[in-house]
Amino acid sequence: MPNFIMSYLGSTLTPGQAGNQFWALIYVLIIFAGVSVAVIAMNWIERKALAHFQIRLGPMRVGPHGLLQPFADALKLMLKEDIIPSEADQFVFWVAPLIGLLAAFTVYTVIPFGPSQAVSDMNIGILFMLGVSSLGVLGIVVAGWASNSHYPLIGALRSSAQMVSYEVAMGLAVVSAIVMTSLNSTGTGTLSMIGIVQAQQQQGVWFIFKFFPLGFIAFGIFAIAMVAETNRAPFDMAEAESELTAGYHTEYSGLRWSLFMLAEYAAMIAVSSIAVTLWLGGWMRPFPNLLHAPAWDFIFSLFPGLTFGALAAIALLGTVRMPSHSFFKIQRVGLAVFAGLLGLIALLLLVIAVAGRSADSGLAARFNDGIGYVYWFVLKVSVFMYLFIWYRATWPRYRFDQLMKIGWKVMLPISLGVLVVTAIVGVIF
Amino acid sequence: MNDRLDPMSNLDLDAPDTYLDSNELIINMGPQHPATHGVLRVILKLDGEKVLGTECVIGYLHRGVEKIAENRTYTMFNPYVDRMDYVAAVSNGLGYCEAVEKLLNVEAPARAKYIRVILTELNRIASHQLWLGTHALDIGAMTPLFYTFRDREEILKIFEKYCGARLTTHAFRIGGCQYETYAGFEKDVKNFLTFVAPKIDEYETLLTTNRIWLERTKNVGVISAADAIALGVTGPVLRASGVKWDLRKAQPYAAYADFDFEIPIGENGDTYDRYLVRMAEMRQSLRIIEQAVNGIPEGPIMGKVPKVIKPPVGEIYHSIEAPKGELGYFIVSDGSTQPYRIRVRPPSFVNLQALDIMVRGLLVADVIAVIGTLDIVLGEVDR
Repeated sequence: MPNFIMSYLGSTLTPGQAGNQFWALIYVLIIFAGVSVAVIAMNWIERKALAHFQIRLGPMRVGPHGLLQPFADALKLMLKEDIIPSEADQFVFWVAPLIGLLAAFTVYTVIPFGPSQAVSDMNIGILFMLGVSSLGVLGIVVAGWASNSHYPLIGALRSSAQMVSYEVAMGLAVVSAIVMTSLNSTGTGTLSMIGIVQAQQQQGVWFIFKFFPLGFIAFGIFAIAMVAETNRAPFDMAEAESELTAGYHTEYSGLRWSLFMLAEYAAMIAVSSIAVTLWLGGWMRPFPNLLHAPAWDFIFSLFPGLTFGALAAIALLGTVRMPSHSFFKIQRVGLAVFAGLLGLIALLLLVIAVAGRSADSGLAARFNDGIGYVYWFVLKVSVFMYLFIWYRATWPRYRFDQLMKIGWKVMLPISLGVLVVTAIVGVIF
Repeated sequence: MNDRLDPMSNLDLDAPDTYLDSNELIINMGPQHPATHGVLRVILKLDGEKVLGTECVIGYLHRGVEKIAENRTYTMFNPYVDRMDYVAAVSNGLGYCEAVEKLLNVEAPARAKYIRVILTELNRIASHQLWLGTHALDIGAMTPLFYTFRDREEILKIFEKYCGARLTTHAFRIGGCQYETYAGFEKDVKNFLTFVAPKIDEYETLLTTNRIWLERTKNVGVISAADAIALGVTGPVLRASGVKWDLRKAQPYAAYADFDFEIPIGENGDTYDRYLVRMAEMRQSLRIIEQAVNGIPEGPIMGKVPKVIKPPVGEIYHSIEAPKGELGYFIVSDGSTQPYRIRVRPPSFVNLQALDIMVRGLLVADVIAVIGTLDIVLGEVDR
């Protein structure tokens, strides 16, 4: 095997830092595939969870418990006629969803799934991330404008105003987290995403609990702003169905429309990742400093396998509970196969956890660590994803002017105040 | 009200296509729109998001119900009225039957009146539940819709058991009721009362003190009592403005004089008060149903009505308090078996007039909230 493939495996740097284009490409592909799968899974989970909030069953027909529904939807959207309205600006209409998608996916280059599990670690990581993710608004504005239609135009204007004003509060909340990174023993702050997590490790505290309640307030500001930033309920003005039919993507259909959806969900995962990285310790497992004995390491490394085992058990339970009518035979077999697949993954993860128990067991240990990092990161992000669904099921929609009022008159002053107080407290202590 | 809006007046069709000029934006909301409750078309004149004026265009669901009446006998026309306000079909039937009874000068027996009250009040709850679900959905809260539909289902089941139909019930006949109550009717109704009372509280936990709900509904779509009276607005919309006017009390019909209930009123005449009034009305309806089902008398269910209904020459106006307001029937008889003319005074149609003064100066999102709070049914507006 060529040297550049094997030599990286021992490295503790990201492929970008190590200058290894091959592994960087592999990581990009893994992340692209992973995010796409996450969006598909999110689609199913959102529909199911929302349905259960609303005493419905949700998708039940395509595959067992509707598991194949997202694939059926994707197929349907791809096969639909590609319509560009004759009055629309053809090229801009065509390029708008791509801008949104590009912005949403580019962000993932700096998201650290682990200390070396990222495509690259830029020293301006968080700035890059905020900058690129706010490019997403361009796609929306351009889509609304190019549609040459009233509802999309209003939707686009709403979303641009909304995103721009919430970015300010969001940015200030981020700055207060960055200020906290400079309180290391070395005294140098960092903008690097990996550096921010490592700073939390060194200081022995997630930034959400740092200078309580300062970190918590900054986190709260970010958590609210990120909902507005991604145009989700209760801030989904841009696509408020009952007001603007579908907002900025009213004129879109088929694959182009699905690109907008893909971008929206990818952006949701991206901002959740920022929140996790900045305040919730990124890839770190709970209490890495307190419970750092090898025994604890082993116990925590069992979690991924156990999680998949639990999922497999749930799927198995579904198989057992399925009515014994011959109509359900195929669904039953399908769900059993799915449960078996999950069980296999669980087994594999447990084997890796056992094999990589001691740090000197080489590749297995490295694998084991990597799985642990990604697992805790994804777990934290999925909590946010669940919150997104929960918000949507519970709250009415804010009106546009109220949204702006909250953004400028409530959140901006609070985040500014938190930033100043954090800086002062940081200097004193 | 005098400066009626000409939607085309500001549109220069030869002007180059640009949004950069300062012209107002004219937007067609509807007839195909997710939140105009059917096929209402509202032409909005917007300055940015601010509403400068509205123009309602109706008639997309016009089926000529009043004209149909002239070619049907009184009995044959009875099912047609169900198709006007299809979410409160029982009330429509009650109004029509009572109007014809008044014209014939017959009275329904006491038992029939009680059955009528029970079914009509059940229907009022069903109508308000549907209103609540769709209104909340318009404002962006998805979940109440499913809760209200779950509970409305129980009412529809009672209707189905009683007369075989769920929505367009055709529950009453001129002179009384066609069907005796089924075995277990009273038990079903009582079960429903105990079932739905906590459910109404459940809706309120989702909305009444919800901060976003308050911000979206308080001081939105305010209409003063004077304006409401001047426009002929009735029902919960009028009562939320502080006018204690309910035909069930003001001119009791059916058996309403026998029951003890209150008329909930609001203070500010805003969307939130209308919400509270309707929620309180559901609870008052429960009270009425409880009294009616406990005191339901024995006896016949049909009055002395001739086989062929041929009212004497004359005219009559009879109105009842439908869930949405005053529902009146003006019937002119020329002494034949068919009405010479029937004119319906539908509450939705009259209440819809208030839309313009309620939304002027508000934002687009408020137009949706106000259309929802007016609780219109286009089948009734267009007839």
